[in-house]
Amino acid sequence: MAWETVIGLEIHTQLATRSKIFSGAPTTFGAAPNTQACAIDLGLPGVLPVLNRQAVVLAVRFGRAIEAEIAERSIFARKNYFYPDLPKGYQISQYELPVVGRGRVTIVLDDGSLKTIGVTRAHLEEDAGKSLHEDFHGLTGIDLNRAGTPLLEIVSEPDMRSAKEAVAYARKIHQIVRWIGISDGNMQEGSFRVDANVSVRREGEARLGTRTELKNLNSFRFLEKAITFEVERQIELIEAGSRVVQETRLYDPERDETRSMRTKEEANDYRYFPDPDLLPLVLDTAFIEQAAADLPELPDAKRERFRTAYGHTEYDASLLTANRELADYFEAVAAAGGDAKLAANWVNGELAAALNRDGREMTESPVSAEMLGGLITRIRDNTISGKLAKQVFEAMWNGEGDADAVIAARGLKQLTDSGEIERIIDAIVAANPEQAAQYRSGKDKVFGFFVGQVMKASKGKANPQQVNELLKARLKP
Amino acid sequence: MSLDRADVEKIAHLARLALSESETERYALDLSNILGLVEAMGAVDTAGVTPMAHPLHMAQRLRADEPTEPDQRALFQSIAPLTEEGLYLVPRVIE
Repeated sequence: MAWETVIGLEIHTQLATRSKIFSGAPTTFGAAPNTQACAIDLGLPGVLPVLNRQAVVLAVRFGRAIEAEIAERSIFARKNYFYPDLPKGYQISQYELPVVGRGRVTIVLDDGSLKTIGVTRAHLEEDAGKSLHEDFHGLTGIDLNRAGTPLLEIVSEPDMRSAKEAVAYARKIHQIVRWIGISDGNMQEGSFRVDANVSVRREGEARLGTRTELKNLNSFRFLEKAITFEVERQIELIEAGSRVVQETRLYDPERDETRSMRTKEEANDYRYFPDPDLLPLVLDTAFIEQAAADLPELPDAKRERFRTAYGHTEYDASLLTANRELADYFEAVAAAGGDAKLAANWVNGELAAALNRDGREMTESPVSAEMLGGLITRIRDNTISGKLAKQVFEAMWNGEGDADAVIAARGLKQLTDSGEIERIIDAIVAANPEQAAQYRSGKDKVFGFFVGQVMKASKGKANPQQVNELLKARLKP
Repeated sequence: MSLDRADVEKIAHLARLALSESETERYALDLSNILGLVEAMGAVDTAGVTPMAHPLHMAQRLRADEPTEPDQRALFQSIAPLTEEGLYLVPRVIE
């Protein structure tokens, strides 16, 4: 029996504002408990929420980046439930009229084909506080610093058909929010949280199966593993003649399984209604245009441009546009070095490997784009060979100065004086008469031996092309 | 449409309200009457009327994104029943 998996994702991304969405309390991460929770965040009587302009601007920017409709009028609603980290007894969110309407993003599948994933909506809301269940002698500790932090909840259509597609979509949204600077996307700090709605149905069945909602997926790896486990579980249930129960399940990374959360009896009975403390959010064209005015070139557009303008493969172009810092770095290297293909090879090759090895971010590279461009310039004008260039790169990485300084200090300048190369060749040929005779009698393979000897004698500095030509001439029968 | 006792008990529980027997009876009647009023209004033709989200005909004003609230934890926690290490302590909740 063939089964089809259906996945939709809800992504909560924390917006990069300095103050909270409805109060002037700061949003700095890691402050001492409750030092960033003001009277509004605490839900004290008599307070009024006032909407943060920047949160709206960032939401609009996201909407534009996914080609979504931006609502000229949207409404804030109260989502009512009781939990100690939600002091008001309701979360201010948007329900019927969200600020960002239907949009879409494109993901690249494993076989290189493209797939469009629909975004149903994205709405503004406030975050809740944090509950700490350990170490308080049977009580729960509440930290409300996070309460009131602005979130954009991005809801997808149930368009994904595998765990891999879900990860590709989540990564795409993650790339976009960081690229356009609306969120730092830090998953460890909870700035980017993914919930997955997962169901299965028999192939060809039009109706969706009963879904479960997976939570606690704080990495892309866990997202993939949790969905893979859950799909298996649901199929086994149905094939055993049982049924899937609609519920929320927590992923346990240590056991690599999903577990039912104790179902709240009032689950999903949130009794949304318009918040009387907040007026409708009305955005005119000028506001929307201004918010979107400084949007950078988006990753997909940049990838396409890299492909057409620089002749990169889809793969190289995708790697180079993984994040904005990398794409900017690459363009600066290409400009400084004057060769986009070499620039791509070096950025995706040596540089990526070195960053990875030392666990550094792109912005922490000791080799600046100008330095790498300088190295490429010296490869192009034959000052150094490609092989020695790797040595120069390592030296630059270790702080020995720019390419020219390293080449001078280490005496790596390529040997291009043909008289000098000929002298080395003469000595090698004279020292190996047997191999020379073999070559002349038609044993072409011996040629490689001579190239190796000459390169060794020149300490790798002889220009390989010249060595080839001069050797051929010298060994001619 | 009318509400019965079970409906009222459910709503009261969601709102964490403790109602006595007689209150439950009375609210079932009162709330049913309110729903009757809403039903009567349903007869009005509202095609083309934007649903009202707020009685004031004004738009939301926006605030500049600047931290303006100082830390007043000590003051706020002076009225809390129980605190420790800066945290508010509440009866244990398990997810």
